[in-house]
Amino acid sequence: MEMPAPDATVLAKKTLLVERLSAALPEDAVIHAERELRVYECDALTAYKCPPLCAVLPATTEEVAAVLKICHDMDVPVVPRGSGTSLAGGALPTADSVILGVARMNDVLETNYDDRYIRVQTGRTNLSVTGAVEENGFFYAPDPSSQLACAIAGNIAMNSGGAHCLKYGVTTNNLLGVKMVQMDGTVIEVGGAHLDAAGYDLLGLICGSEGQLGVVTEATLRILRQPEGARPVLMGFDSNEVAGQCVSDIIKAGVLPVAIEFMDRPVIRATEAFAGAGYPDCEALLIVEVEGSEKEIDEQLGLILQIARKHNPVELRESTSPEESARIWLGRKSAFGAMGQINDYMCLDGTIPVSSLPMVLGRIGELSKQYGLDVGNVFHAGDGNMHPLILFDANKEGDLELCEAMGADILKLCVEAGGCLTGEHGVGIEKRDLMTAQFAPQDLEIQMQVKDVFDPKWLLNPAKVFPLASSASRRAA
Amino acid sequence: MFEPATEQQLSDAVRDATGPLKIRGGGTRPIGNPVTGEVLSTANLSGISLYEPGALTIVAQAGTPLAEIEAALAAENQRLPFEPMDHRVLLGTTGTPTIGGVVAANIAGPRRIQAGSCRDSLIGVRFVDGSGTAIKNGGRVMKNVTGYDLVKLMAGSYGTLGVITEVSFKLLPGIAASATICVDGSTPDRAVEIMSRVLGSPFEVSAAAFGGGRTLFRIEGFADSVAYRRTQLKTLLSEYGEVGLETDPAKTAEIWANIANVAAFHNTAGDLWRISVKPSDAPALVAELGVTETMLDWGGGLIWALADPGTDLRAIAPHIKGHRTLIRADDATKAKLGVFHPEPGLAAISQGLRAKFDPRGILNPGLMG
Repeated sequence: MEMPAPDATVLAKKTLLVERLSAALPEDAVIHAERELRVYECDALTAYKCPPLCAVLPATTEEVAAVLKICHDMDVPVVPRGSGTSLAGGALPTADSVILGVARMNDVLETNYDDRYIRVQTGRTNLSVTGAVEENGFFYAPDPSSQLACAIAGNIAMNSGGAHCLKYGVTTNNLLGVKMVQMDGTVIEVGGAHLDAAGYDLLGLICGSEGQLGVVTEATLRILRQPEGARPVLMGFDSNEVAGQCVSDIIKAGVLPVAIEFMDRPVIRATEAFAGAGYPDCEALLIVEVEGSEKEIDEQLGLILQIARKHNPVELRESTSPEESARIWLGRKSAFGAMGQINDYMCLDGTIPVSSLPMVLGRIGELSKQYGLDVGNVFHAGDGNMHPLILFDANKEGDLELCEAMGADILKLCVEAGGCLTGEHGVGIEKRDLMTAQFAPQDLEIQMQVKDVFDPKWLLNPAKVFPLASSASRRAA
Repeated sequence: MFEPATEQQLSDAVRDATGPLKIRGGGTRPIGNPVTGEVLSTANLSGISLYEPGALTIVAQAGTPLAEIEAALAAENQRLPFEPMDHRVLLGTTGTPTIGGVVAANIAGPRRIQAGSCRDSLIGVRFVDGSGTAIKNGGRVMKNVTGYDLVKLMAGSYGTLGVITEVSFKLLPGIAASATICVDGSTPDRAVEIMSRVLGSPFEVSAAAFGGGRTLFRIEGFADSVAYRRTQLKTLLSEYGEVGLETDPAKTAEIWANIANVAAFHNTAGDLWRISVKPSDAPALVAELGVTETMLDWGGGLIWALADPGTDLRAIAPHIKGHRTLIRADDATKAKLGVFHPEPGLAAISQGLRAKFDPRGILNPGLMG
């Protein structure tokens, strides 16, 4: 993955820039020593690293505005950073950029149970939003796998999803309002505790814009009352096709589980070796979870099990206790870690129509043979959001490039099947140059014009989302 | 009047236009400031392009009648999640509501509080911008964060950023059983308190409204589940007064269609306002507005208020946050007060977007202000 060469004129301004930033922020909020900047050289896409010019850790919206105004005046690019858990390189700096980290802004500003929302600073982690309201029986629904670490700022930037979004939607469906600082330092408020917008749906536009339109410092989030209970069922099948058909039949039958998770044999084996969750040795596993009171769960699972039995499952295990539920989820939740034990891996995120599942899985198997790289599949089957994990050896010359080429082929396959490049991780740098597989030039041009409106100088996270060739003239201007 | 039958023809019509265009779907929702211009209708861009029940998704051309889509979904026991309201009687229009119109106005119904608005189920759009360029965004899969989300931007942009030609939705399974539970003798104050209590309980309701002194809740799901929640809610509500129950699904459908379509204000005189606030602000605002009649939906978050002609409800208690839209009034009043709630802090961005999407300013000029 190529990044633009750093601008020498920006590099030459470092001393003055640090001076001005230090005057605007507390002393410990400006990091410019080379050794300390290593912390910010990459996010969770660790194959790419580059220390920034400097990093700032503002504690208030006013400090964020001051930083952006200085960088705007000095024509210095800014890369916003939540917790740095992006798998797409969304927070990867360039050598001529300032990392703006929101980690110090993690307060809860307001909780309102009557109106069912919470207002937080966006450096707060996803899980600690739920943590702030769970004593009162509420939760924040989007649950990305990285929820222990990832920040709401990054969730908004990438419009993050999670395992339970089949029922509750993704970030954009649970975001009510934001306070955002534009690149020139202007602070705007969009939405609030009420529903829908007075004019254009700018909130919908901001969510998922990968930190390219502004830095969101505060968010009003919808919270929901926790259901009385939840119960998963584990199903094993002797082929991916049959498991895929079962997913489709469950959906068609009128049940809406909160989660339908899919794992194929390579992932099942890896997680068994790693976590010992007691999964059966079979080709494909589904975890289907439903919510409600005991009686409601019985009713829904009764129907789901009836459908599953028609597909001759090799295993059908309904949880009978919280411990058993935890064991059923254990393997799924440790799947990425388990694959990481075997080798380095690249996690893809394409989404396909659920109906194309068997075809796409078959083609991924063929690509795996063709490239000589193993692939495990673990994904949110209910909504077609796939996560093929391609195993490679980062220390072996050429393996990363081979893996990236194979990843690109899989993502193009997702687009051909009627799907898209990324379902919940974002484009970042990872899928940036594949955007032309999904979008015609005019489709990308209008998106770049949106950025022109919010950030005319193209200083915010500029080398992301759009193919470098497409955005070159704007970035150079 | 232009009535293109293909996206290409529509694109040509926009490119070749020499003056303002008034974009129309079925013409049943004349919401917005008055617009003059040649009518560009999407009515001939009609038909379901793709429907995959197993993937819970549908794609249709913008001019497809809403009824046609709802019938196709019902045949597979599926539905649009957001329960779009019908504006015809309320606004005194005739004609056939189209799916494109639903998107352009981001229409929802009482289920908004559970399933979101139209924009929350909309997963893809094709549209022609003000230069005549055909553009796509989103697609036909449920989860998609590839590039900026112009899908949301187009929903509720009333044809001022582009002419929508095709839309895709994610769907929900049909409803097996339903019931309505109600508490009589409430005031707005009390009603919002009751609704917050229920919406904060684990006994999921798909709608909560207040009108004519009654607080109403709708319960939907599988039969046993509906029966269970009905019992639980009845117990929970008993401290607030006499609890009534309606178990006939046809009656429940009728009750909520009337709330969705604001039947209480059908064939009434006066201006009609649609106000979005946080629910706990609703009682105070209703009291301050001093209007004769109101109805609350969305657990109190949506206020429908009937006001004397020409009264500017935005001038009353302006510190209460949210937005107040003048849905029904004569053209002079609309022109004077403006239909949409101004957002001064965001005007530069909105104007900037409009200048990019429609550089000549020919698409429904002035409709949103």
